[in-house]
Amino acid sequence: MTATADAPPTVTAPAETAPAPRRRRRTNAAIGLVAWIVGLIFVAPVIWMLLTSFHSEPDAATNPPSVFAPLTVEGYANFFGADGGATPWPPLLNSLTASIVSTAFVLVLAVPAAYALSIRPVEKWRDVLFFFLSTKMLPVVAALLPVYLIAQGLGVLDNIWLLIVVYTSMNLPIAVWMMRSFLAEVPGEVLEAAALDGCSLTRSLRTIVIPMVLPGIAATALICFIFSWNELLFARVLTGTVAQTAPVFLIGFVTSQGLFLAKVCAAAVVVSLPVLIAGFAAQDKLVQGLSLGAIK
Amino acid sequence: MSTTVEKPASPAAVRPNEPSTLKKAGAWARRAPLLPALIFMIVVTQLPFVGTLIISFMNWNAYYPDERGFAGFDNFVRVLTDVNTRDAIITTIILTASVVLVSLFLGVVIALLLDRAFLGRGIVRTMMITPFLIVPVAAALLWKHALFNPEYGLLNGVLTGLFGENAPQPDWLTNAPLLSVIIALVWQWTPFMMLIILAGLQSKPLDVIEAAQIDGCSNWQIFRHMTFPHLRQYLELGGLLGSIYIVQNFDAVFTITSGSLGTANLPYTIYQTFFQAQDYGRASAAGVVVVIGTIIIATFALRSVSSLFKQEGSR
Repeated sequence: MTATADAPPTVTAPAETAPAPRRRRRTNAAIGLVAWIVGLIFVAPVIWMLLTSFHSEPDAATNPPSVFAPLTVEGYANFFGADGGATPWPPLLNSLTASIVSTAFVLVLAVPAAYALSIRPVEKWRDVLFFFLSTKMLPVVAALLPVYLIAQGLGVLDNIWLLIVVYTSMNLPIAVWMMRSFLAEVPGEVLEAAALDGCSLTRSLRTIVIPMVLPGIAATALICFIFSWNELLFARVLTGTVAQTAPVFLIGFVTSQGLFLAKVCAAAVVVSLPVLIAGFAAQDKLVQGLSLGAIK
Repeated sequence: MSTTVEKPASPAAVRPNEPSTLKKAGAWARRAPLLPALIFMIVVTQLPFVGTLIISFMNWNAYYPDERGFAGFDNFVRVLTDVNTRDAIITTIILTASVVLVSLFLGVVIALLLDRAFLGRGIVRTMMITPFLIVPVAAALLWKHALFNPEYGLLNGVLTGLFGENAPQPDWLTNAPLLSVIIALVWQWTPFMMLIILAGLQSKPLDVIEAAQIDGCSNWQIFRHMTFPHLRQYLELGGLLGSIYIVQNFDAVFTITSGSLGTANLPYTIYQTFFQAQDYGRASAAGVVVVIGTIIIATFALRSVSSLFKQEGSR
């Protein structure tokens, strides 16, 4: 311990605690440095993606990498169809529709359900809660074929509404668990007091419960949006040319030969942008959502 | 940490003593907000699964529509004796276990770093979360084309930058396909594990640890006897949630290697059987096998999650 102390080491017992804060500060600085390095390693691929997306195709594909090559928006222009390829707007709009509408459905279904599982719980609410969770644990591939066959029978393949229904069921359990954990934070005494003061149920919902859980509803919505936006397997199997979503489009357009790295990176940036925005907006509640509300 | 999961603590305690007829109506009033979600989930998730179960016992290939019929356990026998399926099961286990364990380990280390106060902690935390917020397909494309590419990928580019002309230039995707997929997935999942462990670290009882420090415990002793036991349930939660998500991984395998060179996991194999071979019976049987496997994992997961809830509720 004395070996690391900067100040002349004191031998007296009471002074022994004195170098401790300084030592701690120094180890913290060392830890900070390591943390910065690790953080930079993890973010490096993303930065590389961003940088490459702003390079010209020849500059993007060099070895060693040309980090300081001149910047250009060619890659983005090409992604949006300047090179004569398919335009990404229909898939992007499909993704947006599927994500936003399914998230709205999820909230309409999940908020009342979570209310019935927390504030005024039904009997056996715990079993119901775990039923929702168990559906999340069933592998998606196991339901793929029947959903496909049913959709084929109903003639709704390659229809964005089919994806909306599938994504609603995919996110509903997550939303129920998240909303339940937010609603459980609303103190029962406040509602009781409101009821004693003659406050009607709808009014106490509107003036007490909803404002208190609004940040929670927002976080839930953002996380459901992210999951729908990211989904590939169902979208790949259930959609064709009409209802194709952005992830399916992404896979499809990387078949061309030749230089396309800047275009791929530009595409990855554009498609990831909504998720990055939603994710950083929900940063504080991200863990709670991903752990289905088990962690605050 | 004021989860009101414990039954007595829940607001259900204010249940009024109504007469029995009213009570019945009251119970239905309670259930009403729940029913739409519950019915929707049963219809959309349980019925297809029943469908999978039925088709798994049928002889049904879309290329031979006339031969459709009851097949008994044939599909299961074919699935379980098939070399491809066995390889897929092994690949799935290797892929899931290595991604979960490595990202969990890295997650713990990074969370321990981020638990300290240092300059720019918030920025480092944000940088760490970023990989998780890249659309999985985009991340897979990024790794495949911009990082792993043997000619102009960043990895080999950095090697050239470090060691000059004679630097080793491995063809990552051909020489180590499964490892490449694992690296890309570890990169995406470490932030998830880190967030869970960090939440665990930040909820540890500080006063007890301070007391231990005053009593002269070393940092290692504190970690070994106090922090680690506290973290255990978070490790379990991270590991089991991670397993459930990664067992199902399709995006990375499909995009990076297209399931070639021994990287085809079960979801990819089932997708192939169904989409390319159009063998519905066999795809369904494989699906049922996956479900049984998942149920085994999920049983532990549910127990772990509920133990975390119980403990939080009683605190």
